[in-house]
Amino acid sequence: MGVMSFLFSSSLGRKLVMAVTGVSLIAFLLVHCLINATVFFNDGGKTFNYAARFMAENWLIRTTEIFLFLGFIIHIGQGLWLVFDNRAKRKAKYAKSAGSANSKWYSRSMGLLGTLILIFLVLHLKHFWVVSRFGMPHHLGEVQYVASHTGSQEVLENLFVEMVNVFANPIAVIVYVLGCFSLAYHLLHGFTSAFQTLGINHKSYTPLISSLGTAFSIIIPIVFAAIPVVMHLGIIK
Amino acid sequence: MGQSMRINLQVWRQRNEKAQGQFETYNVETNPDMSFLEMFDVLNEQLIEEGKEPVAFDHDCREGICGMCSMVINGRPHGPKQGITTCQLHMRSFQNGDTIVVEPWRANAFPVVKDLSVNRSAFDRIISAGGFVSVNTGNAVDANSVLISKEVADEAFEAATCIGCGACVSACKNASAMLFVGAKVSQLSMLPQGQPERETRVVAMVNQMDAEGFGACTNTGACAAECPKQIPLSVIANLNREFYKAKLNGK
Amino acid sequence: MKLDSKIPQGSINEKWTQYKSSVPLVNPANKRHLNVIVVGTGLAGASAAATLAEMGYKVSAFCFQDSPRRAHSIAAQGGINAAKNYQNDGDSVYRLFYDTIKGGDYRAREANVHRLAEVSTNIIDQCVAQGVPFAREYGGTLSNRSFGGTQVQRTFYAAGQTGQQLLLGAYSALERQVGLGNVKMYARHEMIEVVTIDGKARGIIARNLISGQLERHFGHAVLLCTGGYGNVFYLSTNAMGSNVTAAWKAHKAGAYFGNPCFTQIHPTCIPVSGHYQSKLTLMSESLRNDGRIWVPKKQGDTRHPNDIPEEERDYYLERRYPAFGNLVPRDIASRAAKERCDAGYGVGPSKMAVYLDFKYNMINKYGRAEASKRGIANPDEATLLELGKEIIKGQYGNLFDMYKQITDENPYEVPMRIYPAVHYTMGGLWVDYELMTTVPGLYALGEANFSDHGANRLGASALMQGLADGYFVIPYTIGNYLSKEIHTKPIPTDHEAFDQAEKKAAERINMFLNINGKRSVESYHRELGKIMWDKCGMARNEKGLNEAISEIRALREDFYKNVRVPGTADEFNPELDKAGRVADFLELGELMCIDALNRNESCGGHFREEFQTEEGEALRDDEKYLAVFAWESKGENQWELHREELNYENIKIQQRSYK
Repeated sequence: MGVMSFLFSSSLGRKLVMAVTGVSLIAFLLVHCLINATVFFNDGGKTFNYAARFMAENWLIRTTEIFLFLGFIIHIGQGLWLVFDNRAKRKAKYAKSAGSANSKWYSRSMGLLGTLILIFLVLHLKHFWVVSRFGMPHHLGEVQYVASHTGSQEVLENLFVEMVNVFANPIAVIVYVLGCFSLAYHLLHGFTSAFQTLGINHKSYTPLISSLGTAFSIIIPIVFAAIPVVMHLGIIK
Repeated sequence: MGQSMRINLQVWRQRNEKAQGQFETYNVETNPDMSFLEMFDVLNEQLIEEGKEPVAFDHDCREGICGMCSMVINGRPHGPKQGITTCQLHMRSFQNGDTIVVEPWRANAFPVVKDLSVNRSAFDRIISAGGFVSVNTGNAVDANSVLISKEVADEAFEAATCIGCGACVSACKNASAMLFVGAKVSQLSMLPQGQPERETRVVAMVNQMDAEGFGACTNTGACAAECPKQIPLSVIANLNREFYKAKLNGK
Repeated sequence: MKLDSKIPQGSINEKWTQYKSSVPLVNPANKRHLNVIVVGTGLAGASAAATLAEMGYKVSAFCFQDSPRRAHSIAAQGGINAAKNYQNDGDSVYRLFYDTIKGGDYRAREANVHRLAEVSTNIIDQCVAQGVPFAREYGGTLSNRSFGGTQVQRTFYAAGQTGQQLLLGAYSALERQVGLGNVKMYARHEMIEVVTIDGKARGIIARNLISGQLERHFGHAVLLCTGGYGNVFYLSTNAMGSNVTAAWKAHKAGAYFGNPCFTQIHPTCIPVSGHYQSKLTLMSESLRNDGRIWVPKKQGDTRHPNDIPEEERDYYLERRYPAFGNLVPRDIASRAAKERCDAGYGVGPSKMAVYLDFKYNMINKYGRAEASKRGIANPDEATLLELGKEIIKGQYGNLFDMYKQITDENPYEVPMRIYPAVHYTMGGLWVDYELMTTVPGLYALGEANFSDHGANRLGASALMQGLADGYFVIPYTIGNYLSKEIHTKPIPTDHEAFDQAEKKAAERINMFLNINGKRSVESYHRELGKIMWDKCGMARNEKGLNEAISEIRALREDFYKNVRVPGTADEFNPELDKAGRVADFLELGELMCIDALNRNESCGGHFREEFQTEEGEALRDDEKYLAVFAWESKGENQWELHREELNYENIKIQQRSYK
């Protein structure tokens, strides 16, 4: 069996792909979240805009971004395919099912949660990524800062203002908060599940991974969700 | 002996693999000390006396070890209690007047034979693909010449207690058989006797599992929660690890 | 026909070795052209099928269950004996041989039992090599425990699931051969006729239980590994599907039936709770290592067992058999329980039960050891009890859970209630030293043959015998027959013998379906079981046996008039399968009673009330009955008795004493 057919046709290979892409998306979320959290400095978006510039201009980040995109596409594609494929393994359905007796609802709803996140993602990319990378549909505003070490003037794109604009709309805020809910539950299963799939299940480490996963799945989405809320409320401006 | 109970049973009836099935409703007089299958005996005897066709269901040892009994009771394989098979379930787990829905294991890989009885030969074919140690009779060395720590022996035993009933498949939303396969792979990969075929075994078994039409695991944990022998989910992690290692080595 | 047991010449120690070195062999090229049919896939069947296939024979294996792994060997709990002497407690092949002969009350064939003891050690080696996870000590060596009727620790085990682990080992070996194409496996197939051509077994008619189709299968030899017939009693520890049909068809095709009345009643089973009960559940004999059996000293004592003080309890086994105590053989323990209950000392709602109590050993054996291990000085009783419970849980946890599940009582707190139940049948098809029945080419292995256990089987010996027959005996002995068959080309299954056998089978099936009476098959089975249990069970007498015979005849007659078998012949029809099995039990039951009636002595599990010592022990008559009774079928319900006289050259026959 070739590597590709192993990764995309064998049940265990496909799981492996989900886990590896999942873990890299988790890593991405962490970075993304840390950068976004800079808005809490409440410095008018200065740190955030610098961080955004770094992310936009650093060649390593830009290269990684390609893989990140690939990761997203594979995770989504393989995930949806698996959902439908797995569903087809039981053509005659149960008349009465009692899933809640043996598993968590979110572990059984990864396809649904993932799809919600996907919808959110499309919206989110349109709001920020498209405008920051391609300046579409309109140019971002610019902002001038005094560089701390040289004292000279620097002009940066003002992504922060874009956030303020987007989150002025209450519907956007609600959509983002809901997106974060989906993300939280998706992570609640996905984080530990990835380790299980990678074959890491150990009497003493698994409880640790599991608590870490729970903490991650709660904290990260809360931080993400807090940003639109506080911005909408004008606490951060 | 306990009080008599009246149960409203909704049972899946299906003539054969190809036929359309439907639910039939029956009222059965039972009592709390009766086992679930004994209640079906009572029902069947009643049906035979009425000139009707009895319900076909699989059962044999009736003490929870042969793995033959297989009913999904109110949506749960082997019924509402954990760590037991259908034959070990007693009516005291239900209330007088309850309605109980009984269905067969449902998975493409387990086609219905008749009513509540299904064909699980896919499991045999998976074992046949690699769930063994290739040692012909007569080749063995003295049993104590290879020492195995108690801890390893106990853990291997725990995995080896699988009765091959298929509740894992039945409970899994993906109809995945990984708990079953993981249990056998874990047992043999832990023991020194299983080492020579460690890598070829796991690959062969997983390939067969896929060919049989079982789904992929999404780690919901339903299998382990419903397993009558309480095989832990860690056997699936072992299976994954063993498989990737074998793949890395080009098996 | 005179019975020839074909016991090899030479001293008992040399017989098997010499046999093996001189038996004719079949060369590998010829083996590929020889077909062997194996019916049943329990320990004997699976191990035989796998081993013969490994050797190169073309094997077809059949089981009525949906998978070979479900054979009832899977339910054996306690363990498997082997004369390894790993415990350095003086065990040896001779001792295992001796214990088994004595345990069987001197009614087994010496040469067979010695061979069994010899190969016992190879079995353990083979199973370990297959990856069977036996219990082990901390140092990594195999662990042993004691079983009834012995004073050494020679029982290997895997918690309370030894049969399961051994069977899964044999099953995996079998499935390996299936994968290699050396075994063709037919699950959900039931053998319903033996086909004989020119006096030799040449195949079987099997019914595909899913499609209902009758199939013809040719074999140069046919091996029946179909287990025992304890279900003739309806309630037993056997699986629901366990049946005598294959053996009975063989019997009617000419194979003699040996010692049919030798039935093992296991002393420690969960008592019957109601008329709807479908089967009885065993609590492993290993529990008698740590459980003490008692009844109240007062008749009809209704106090809660925990409220009955020590001095008002009668530990009757310890009292009657101080040397072996609670570990006396099964027949003795069962009879003693029956004696106490019949005398009015029984406990529980039915008064047909005795207590199996772990409290003493929880406190004194395990609690104290654990306390001193953990350095607890002067522990009180409650602490000891808690510590002891933990250990007991580790040893017998699954059995305790099983008990609680069935009875809804917690055996950690309240003594178990137990009563004897039918468990195993020592009787079966008569076989010679080579395991061949009186039909050439037809073999019987494991519990299906009349066996090495005489009139009573010791615990942990059934697994040993099943695997010995399959792994280490038949692979050699079958060569003696098949080496002469290498010129026999496979006989096409359109041969008239197959025609006739299939016709007979089809007619019988149609007959069942056309009776169209009122009563279910189950109800006849239940009634037969009651007759057998009451009159041919733990204690038998001439009057009862005669009554039983006429009652069984009447019941059989009624069966063929009034039974109702629903459904058709060409579909999955469990009621039809059951009808065939119960019809065979209705014939076998009569033969068992006739056998019991003809054996005017008590031995092992066969206890004739007329023949007992003053203390109520079994009274053998070695002058007249030092013999195997082998019954030849002479048409419908007619039998002729043949005797195989037993010669004891190595063991001195004594009155069996465990006092």
